[in-house]
Amino acid sequence: MSFKHKDILSIAALSPEDVALILEAAEPFKEVSGREIKKVPALRGKTVVNLFFEPSTRTRTSFELAAKRLSADVINVSPSSSSVVKGETLLDTIRNVESMQTDVLVLRHSSAGAATTLARHVRSSVINAGDGWHEHPTQALLDLFTIQEKKGGIRGLQVAIVGDVAHSRVARSNIRALTKMGAHVRVAGPPTMIPPFLERLGVRVFHHLDEALSGVDVIITLRLQLERQGRSFFPSIREYSRLYGLTAERLQRAAKDALVMHPGPVNRGIEISHDVADSRSAVILDQVSNGVAVRMGLMYLLSQLH
Amino acid sequence: MDGQEMARALTRMAHEILEGNKGCQDVALVGIRTGGVFLAQRLQRLIQHVEQTEIGLGELDITLYRDDLAIRKHQPILKKTDIPFHVSGLKIVLVDDVLFTGRTIRAAMDGLMDLGRPMEIQLAVLVDRGHRQLPIRPHYVGKNIPTAQDEIIHVFFEEAGEEDRVAKLSSRRRAS
Repeated sequence: MSFKHKDILSIAALSPEDVALILEAAEPFKEVSGREIKKVPALRGKTVVNLFFEPSTRTRTSFELAAKRLSADVINVSPSSSSVVKGETLLDTIRNVESMQTDVLVLRHSSAGAATTLARHVRSSVINAGDGWHEHPTQALLDLFTIQEKKGGIRGLQVAIVGDVAHSRVARSNIRALTKMGAHVRVAGPPTMIPPFLERLGVRVFHHLDEALSGVDVIITLRLQLERQGRSFFPSIREYSRLYGLTAERLQRAAKDALVMHPGPVNRGIEISHDVADSRSAVILDQVSNGVAVRMGLMYLLSQLH
Repeated sequence: MDGQEMARALTRMAHEILEGNKGCQDVALVGIRTGGVFLAQRLQRLIQHVEQTEIGLGELDITLYRDDLAIRKHQPILKKTDIPFHVSGLKIVLVDDVLFTGRTIRAAMDGLMDLGRPMEIQLAVLVDRGHRQLPIRPHYVGKNIPTAQDEIIHVFFEEAGEEDRVAKLSSRRRAS
């Protein structure tokens, strides 16, 4: 079976077979990152451009390391140091970058659909590294990879996604990816943070965390986006933490060997308590290391087009 | 080449490896996926049977080191490289089923060098079919089979659910 996509724009656009293929392709790259010389020549001579129009350390570093370990050349463009501040449009910026013969463009942008629009106008492969509240497909893929690695599979698992689902592209990509691969997904959060009609995506909605956690195999806690505080989604951080924070006591309700995941950055003591974040159930750092392998696998699959 | 001939050739090669290295001190086998791994496993059993000591066995996937990655239509699916020992300072015997252009071996040598600095790299192949495009020569050969450029040599393995044999397939009719 081969990979037919030019771009990775959303989980919605991938078939279950595509997702399985990506997870399979990522596996051997874990070994590369464990070597003394963490480099293979697969993408030698290719150029990868990271265009991050929103702040990011983890994702940008992860993409950069992935490309470098495949021997590609990597360039980082950020808006503060680019002609974006001089008034150039996104499309013009990218067309200019592309005319320097690039192969893969990694885009993070605050507007939903930015990557999709871009992909229509460029010859290079586009990887969506997060677009507004829409999707963050590589995060979902690395989460699935981690779940598969720890649990041996995805089908049939009960997964709870907890927190600000409405403003979370990670949640949207994960809901699509997990349901596509046969997991049962529940979401839990304050009513103001759960979008209406979410059940249409095939998930069960809870507003009480204790109910949502009962017997689950995996808990994905979302970051409370503190920068949105003051927009009245909930009365106070303390109340949010009391009702929706994941504590050791609450974790008892989940299955015995449940995994605790978080896309980072973690607000310790708010959405997740210190002891849970540091517990054996937490696989937050495994997610980060697997992220490099999954992104290497993706770039390897995409490189067949160039 | 049938199963019995394959077995005899491998037994001879195992002895040649021992002879060439004066025993199996600091020697390790690395099979190139997929056929080379089966052969390396068999050589390991044979050598251990003769010498009564353990010798290292690794598996190498050379996909990422191929020189035709950029010009192939479809990316081959990767398998894992699994070499459970440090290659530095060892005499590594690379094992493959068919030696043809030598490009696979070039890729395998690069792959090995990325894992460390072996003291020596030797090459063992079951079949040498000629038509080298690189300056590469095997140390241990099961059988030399002269071929035309467009012929295909295929090695079948019991481990892959076939009967052990080496078949020459003409390029037009892909049946043995």
